[in-house]
Amino acid sequence: MPGITREEVAHLARLARLELKDEELDHFAGQLDDIIGAVARVSDVADEDVPPTSHPLPLTNVMRPDEVRPSLTPQEALSGAPAQEQQRFKVPQILGED
Amino acid sequence: MTVTDLVSYDDALATYDPVMGLEVHVELGTKTKMFCGCSTELKQDANSQTCPTCLGLPGALPVVNEIGVESAIKIGLALHCEIAEWCRFARKNYFYPDMPKNFQTSQYDEPIAYNGYLDVQLEDGEVFRVEIERAHMEEDTGKSTHVGGATGRIHGASHSLLDYNRAGIPLIEIVTKPIEGAGERAPEVAKAYVAELRELIKALGVSEARMEQGQMRCDVNLSLRPKGAEKFGTRSETKNVNSLRSVERAARFEIQRHAAVLSSGGTIVQETRHFHEEDGSTTAGRIKDNAEDYRYFPEPDLVPVAPAREWVEKLRAELPELPRVRRNRLREEWGVTEHDMQSILNAGAVDPIVQTIDAGAPADQARKWWMGELARRANEGGVDLAALPITPAQVARVCALVAEGSLNDKLARQTIEGVLAGEGSPDEVVAARGLAVVSDEGALGTAVDEAIAANAAIADKIRAGKIAAAGALVGAVMKATRGQADAARVRELILERLGAEG
Repeated sequence: MPGITREEVAHLARLARLELKDEELDHFAGQLDDIIGAVARVSDVADEDVPPTSHPLPLTNVMRPDEVRPSLTPQEALSGAPAQEQQRFKVPQILGED
Repeated sequence: MTVTDLVSYDDALATYDPVMGLEVHVELGTKTKMFCGCSTELKQDANSQTCPTCLGLPGALPVVNEIGVESAIKIGLALHCEIAEWCRFARKNYFYPDMPKNFQTSQYDEPIAYNGYLDVQLEDGEVFRVEIERAHMEEDTGKSTHVGGATGRIHGASHSLLDYNRAGIPLIEIVTKPIEGAGERAPEVAKAYVAELRELIKALGVSEARMEQGQMRCDVNLSLRPKGAEKFGTRSETKNVNSLRSVERAARFEIQRHAAVLSSGGTIVQETRHFHEEDGSTTAGRIKDNAEDYRYFPEPDLVPVAPAREWVEKLRAELPELPRVRRNRLREEWGVTEHDMQSILNAGAVDPIVQTIDAGAPADQARKWWMGELARRANEGGVDLAALPITPAQVARVCALVAEGSLNDKLARQTIEGVLAGEGSPDEVVAARGLAVVSDEGALGTAVDEAIAANAAIADKIRAGKIAAAGALVGAVMKATRGQADAARVRELILERLGAEG
């Protein structure tokens, strides 16, 4: 089983918007490698006839009728927002450069 | 912004072969969102249609909208796709404030519909088959307003404001396989495909597919390869091209731009591009590098969708006649040319005409009113034909009144004017405005006699055999009766009295 490289951890950290220091990258790369190794053992046990499991319950087709239910009021919806303006969620600048 | 060099369209096509891929997003017309019961009504107060699920609050659980799935299957079937026996939703992870969950619930490698085609008809009647790769279910994003920059652009904005009413509205994304072999007609094929898809979606009743309201949006992927080559070139992806005309222009522009870059020895950068309505050009957006890593994984909060075959077959049996087939059938029934049919289609007049015919009017009369007077009025008012305050049944009634001789053409026009002005039904307008044709032979005879007496010189000419001069007398009678006489009958009476042969 190939482990996880330091570069891959740096890439994931960037995708997750986590700022990691060099020593943290080394540290987490080792830890994640152990975790992935442990999980990979499942593959040793499960043969080819065992499909990957994404849902533990044997359920399909749970649907709801297309009927409108009450929404939150805008005030309720915005009550947890760190900042708001014009009844909208206010978010920081999206594009910093260029 | 750098000036983009272009080569002429003909030169580009002399050297290169275009390959296109079209991705169309359709907002479904369901009453509620895809995964929660919030209303999808447009133009409501900001953030008045949200709930813990579509806001992505901790602990909220999504449940899929049954009509959303049904609509996806209908679209898939109409596109001759296979319908998955079993498929899952997936999380498409990205950080961008248009989705409060930080992921979009979509489908990844298990679309509900796949492997289909749509036959599109070009203006000269040629049929081109566009292969469909897949159609999958997902959800729309919230609406951003960028503040502090020039003209609402994201560049230079100090901050942005988010309204999540649209976040979670069901979307179906329909993706074509690479469209090859269209050659110089590629832009035309792109336009015809989107037009046909729009008609299909409307016929299925799953969305109104109004492009100007963003209910249907198109991304145009395009690449060029040297003629005769097998391997595709590098593609660009022009995002959110939102009218039929723009789809054609965007494809055409990209063909010319790619050809210019390639001919001068350059390489095409794989990137998204923005389309500009003003001049039909595109400009570079973000470069698609490996930073675009959505880390898709199966959505654990939604169980798989496994449409029962009985359900799928029931939906298949209920599919309406496909728009292209219906159009060709109507064109033959009405006896009009391909070109006229296109005009009727463009005017949105197909359904009103069909309904008017169903209400008893002859096809040519129904066509005459909807494509003439009514199309003109709709155009003046900037509204759709269907939105005019007159029903097909009322138009059919006017046709019937003309056929029985109660109205002539001019009076019929006035009657329609009255109906449009809210004066009531055609019969009410005729009664209230006193529009019936003067059929009282006595009254008409008097008017004819008066006209002859007042125009003795003309009457003499007619007596002498100059039949053509009768027109002037007919005009005089029509004027005297305020247009309410049957002109043909007036002419007969005049010729009769003057002893001339019509």
